[in-house]
Amino acid sequence: MKPVDFAYHRATGLDDALEHLNAAGEGAKLLGGGQSLGPMLNLRLARPRVLVDVSSVAALRTVEPARERVTVGAAVTHAEIEDRPVSDVIERAMREVAAGIACRAVRNRGTIGGSVAHADPSADWPIFLVCAGARVYIRGAAGARALPVTDFIRAAYTTDLAPGEIITHVEIARAGGQARFGFCKLCRKAGEFAEAVGAVLIDPERRCCRVVTGAVGPKPVVLADTTRTLAATAMPPEPDAIRAEIAAVANEHDPVKLHTAAVAVGRAIDRALAAYAPSHDGDRSGSGARTGLTFQSADI
Amino acid sequence: MSTGIGVRVPRKEDARHLAGKARFVGDLSFPRLWEVAFVRSPLAHARIRSITVPERHAGRVFTARDMEGVRPIRAESSLPTYKPSDYPPLARGKVRFAGECVALCIAPTRAEAEDIAEEVILDLEALPAVIDSLAARRPGAPRVHEEWGDNLFLTTSVDGDFESARKRAAVVVEREYRTARQCMAPMEGKAVLARHDERKGQLVVYTSTQVPHLIRTGLSQFLGLDQADVRVIAPDVGGGFGYKCVLQPEEISVSWAAMRTGRPLRWVEDRREHLTAGANTRQHHYRLTACADGRGRLLAVDAEITVDVGAYSVWPFTACLEASQAGGNLPGPYALDVYRCKTFSVATNKPGFTPYRGVARPGVCFAMELTIDAVARAVGREPADVRAENLVPASAMPYTNVTGKHYDSGDYPASVAGARRMIGLDAVRARQGRSPPLPGGADRPDTAHARQDHAERPARDSRRVDAMSARQGSPGPDGRLIGVGFSTFTEQTAHGTRVFGAWGLPLVPGYEQATVKLAPSGTVEVRSGNHSFGQGLETTLAQIASEQLGIGVDRIRVTMGDTGETPYSTGAYASRGMVMAGGAVSKAAESLAGRIRKHAAHLLQTGADRVSLTGGQANAAGGASVSFEDVARAWYLRPDQLPDDVDTQGLEVTEGYKPEVDTGVFTYATHAAVVAVDPATGSVEILDYVLFEDCGRRVNPMILEGQSYGGAAQGIGTALFEESLYDENGQPLTSTFADYVLPGPVELPAMRIEHTESLSPYTRHGIKGIGEGAAIAPAGAVVNAINDALSPLNVEINEIPATPRRILAAILAAKTSGPNEDGRRRSP
Ligand SMILES: Cc1cc2nc3c(=O)[nH]c(=O)nc-3n(C[C@H](O)[C@H](O)[C@H](O)COP(=O)(O)OP(=O)(O)OC[C@H]3O[C@@H](n4cnc5c(N)ncnc54)[C@H](O)[C@@H]3O)c2cc1C
Repeated sequence: MKPVDFAYHRATGLDDALEHLNAAGEGAKLLGGGQSLGPMLNLRLARPRVLVDVSSVAALRTVEPARERVTVGAAVTHAEIEDRPVSDVIERAMREVAAGIACRAVRNRGTIGGSVAHADPSADWPIFLVCAGARVYIRGAAGARALPVTDFIRAAYTTDLAPGEIITHVEIARAGGQARFGFCKLCRKAGEFAEAVGAVLIDPERRCCRVVTGAVGPKPVVLADTTRTLAATAMPPEPDAIRAEIAAVANEHDPVKLHTAAVAVGRAIDRALAAYAPSHDGDRSGSGARTGLTFQSADI
Repeated sequence: MSTGIGVRVPRKEDARHLAGKARFVGDLSFPRLWEVAFVRSPLAHARIRSITVPERHAGRVFTARDMEGVRPIRAESSLPTYKPSDYPPLARGKVRFAGECVALCIAPTRAEAEDIAEEVILDLEALPAVIDSLAARRPGAPRVHEEWGDNLFLTTSVDGDFESARKRAAVVVEREYRTARQCMAPMEGKAVLARHDERKGQLVVYTSTQVPHLIRTGLSQFLGLDQADVRVIAPDVGGGFGYKCVLQPEEISVSWAAMRTGRPLRWVEDRREHLTAGANTRQHHYRLTACADGRGRLLAVDAEITVDVGAYSVWPFTACLEASQAGGNLPGPYALDVYRCKTFSVATNKPGFTPYRGVARPGVCFAMELTIDAVARAVGREPADVRAENLVPASAMPYTNVTGKHYDSGDYPASVAGARRMIGLDAVRARQGRSPPLPGGADRPDTAHARQDHAERPARDSRRVDAMSARQGSPGPDGRLIGVGFSTFTEQTAHGTRVFGAWGLPLVPGYEQATVKLAPSGTVEVRSGNHSFGQGLETTLAQIASEQLGIGVDRIRVTMGDTGETPYSTGAYASRGMVMAGGAVSKAAESLAGRIRKHAAHLLQTGADRVSLTGGQANAAGGASVSFEDVARAWYLRPDQLPDDVDTQGLEVTEGYKPEVDTGVFTYATHAAVVAVDPATGSVEILDYVLFEDCGRRVNPMILEGQSYGGAAQGIGTALFEESLYDENGQPLTSTFADYVLPGPVELPAMRIEHTESLSPYTRHGIKGIGEGAAIAPAGAVVNAINDALSPLNVEINEIPATPRRILAAILAAKTSGPNEDGRRRSP
């Protein structure tokens, strides 16, 4: 379990990183926190000739909490996100997601950019970012480009990233003051990769709602029907309906896996809804209990 | 302050461990040292057509062909029907499991050695793999060892009049149980460094082992060397658990290669090697039938036990220790009159079975404890009551059980009572919303009637109970179901000459030796051929010497692990360290104390019988005293102070020791667990966990608790997490810790421990072994608790680890198909 022989370059800046990446051509690989690539190197599943380490490139290390959106540099670590002050539902959600990844030692090194680039179907950031409708920003020799995370991730461990390109940051739109987030990660052991994840964002002001299933199928996906039902009723859809939709979109037919995935989604919905105080008559389940929350045509 | 027996002395070895100054094989360095990487078989079963080494790596790669004259590992046993296997250290002709060593590659660094290993070309002809031990027993199954007529290393059977007991039974409970294959996952894997010592003309082998003297014996036997030409040194060892109590093929091949190349060579096992080639333990299958009367008193047990032994028989314990132990220990702590049992030690294309902490008993305890609870449910009684009533009572001690095991002392039912009090059984039942502990079948209106039914028609479990539990036990506010479970065992420890002799193994432990010496500076040196790989023996052996000599442990130095410096010992296994090495140190220190008193008597001008040893001094009755240093100085440096008739044996003593009755002394315990099961996800949380133990005299209660926490943690791994999986071709599917799940701190409960001390009448100080025990009971306690929690759903889990997937699959199956013929849905 020792890597193949490789050269190592610690990039001093974004341009320096791009230069080294392109100079080395096919055999070059970017190194973020090394928490996914490290094991792959040791198992010799990755056999690069050159590693270009971007973990200390200043341009990739900043977080900009602007009014409309939060911009997070690709080399920002899970731990740094976990430790940031939070001012709204998006930042609180990011803290929650970060804190649920692995153990602190892994979070101290692992980066959000590395996680998106690795595109493990069970990884937490891609699931969250798809749920939040985030965009990923990329720099290459030809210039910069951006696309939604949901399009960037094509399949398991497969992305739109071209050779010679670097993820610079991800951008997450802020949500309205009434927005609520619910996340449910089911795993065998604290901090382990998920068996199933449900992620839910309900944002009435922006008429935006997304229910995402993760760790089933090749990539995280928005459950369109479930989302529509939730947006229209502010009530959790029937578990069987959730299960059927997951089976269809993730092409998953193992009953145990499906059941688990549907439970994760159902609990994420419950958590998002529970964040809303019950109406004064104390009716938590009756229709209209969460008036103001429902909206017919959700942007998913 | 005393540092003798019973004191919570801080561990001597921790000073270096906590400062990062311990020295493991991986820390050693020698001039010209190179590293080894192995080419391992990618297939589970194949014929080797050819092995091609690229020209440029000539002299860097060795295969079986190079190792002419080295014998295959072969462990003999005199048990009838036993077939030994030949296990060449580098594969010859065939490979029989994925991960088997095929070629040894050397280079200045491990990475370079792995580069070479990648370029060795294996031409293998795949053969059908034997993966399932039950399928392997069928006639016509592919054979692991073609020259055998079948895949059976050994079958055993004991008979009992089961059929007539069945006729008398009010309830008959039949179950099938499975335990998973596991790895032992010590923090430090295997590691071996071999070099040639020119001056002594000796092969010196530093190896991470529990049994340095045995490895020396084994290496000389299979390499064809005189034992005097081999020295084995076990430096600091980072956990063993049994994994390191057998001769490893790598120990032979690395030693051979060091002699062949004249260069110090080292191999350090990596995690992937461990998780594949080290997946060698715990896998059992049981078919078990228990007959009981209407109150749940066991009348008879019938068992068929199949152990998935893997491809090769390990030296010296053989492929058959596990099944022999399983068959002999299944009745465990229970007073049982009729027992019938067949065991099968089955060859499969997996790594060769190695005894792991608890040896067979974690499996048999799991099977037996689940059966006790199943019987209790069948008669509608509280399992803790049925369990306690079936145990050997204290009044029957010493007790020889149905398999001839001689239980020396103890109050087994008291351990159930203790665990019951600690876990707060009544409060748990109240929380469950079930009736408080059922007062016993006869007190409930419909029971007498039901018993009648059963007497007429001895059937399977009572449906009545299942219906009853279905009405009770509603989920808690978070939707989870609460359950409580108990598990009791008795563990044969420090079993010696008679037991091993009866198995006909290549090694039979006899008198354990130890040397204790008063050194010229007045400090004490203890030497033992046993070894400490985390159990704190360096401290506890010093405590025994301290007790006998009246000198603090800070002035006692314990040396272990080096065959060049210690008397022969078969080593650390069978929870024998404290009983055997402790007993030997006690005896030797007692002799030395007598000599010190005699010498001191000369200096103090008094009689030896009037001298006592305390505080590192010899004290005369009148108040005068001399220090140990004075006594030592007189003997070594100033013999002119001693009279002419001085005892000439000096101040160094070697004694041999074994207990008066050497068939083992029995430690016992009851564990209890409260769990919460999430019926929507199948996940289990252990809410509370208690151990009520008795291992005779506790030499160091703190170290003992550490052993218990660690053992129970491993047992919880067995219960809920750990599983080495294979596909149908024998490919390992769990080759990293991402797939092989160990419990972590978050998953483990804060355990509580209490103790009683039933001294063994047969050992020095009444000590019994405790090193393994706590790993035995957790699977029974945890899964009984899970089944208690799931009883309202009519779901029963009978396979471990009880993963969320297994539990959920059983729950989903119960929902779709409803209860099966005997009213209960079992795990597949
Ligand atoms: C024990 C353990 C448990 C874990 N558990 C979880 C878990 O529960 N949930 C979870 O989500 N993750 C988990 N992880 C993975 C962890 O989150 C990783 O940190 C993450 O997946 C990858 O981030 P990294 O910075 O370490 O990337 P690296 O490992 O350095 O790289 C991963 C990939 O991303 C590429 N890359 C890195 N940076 C960039 C960039 N800026 N632009 C383009 N490509 C880039 C690399 O070339 C490589 O292909 C776990 C890891 C470990 C070791």
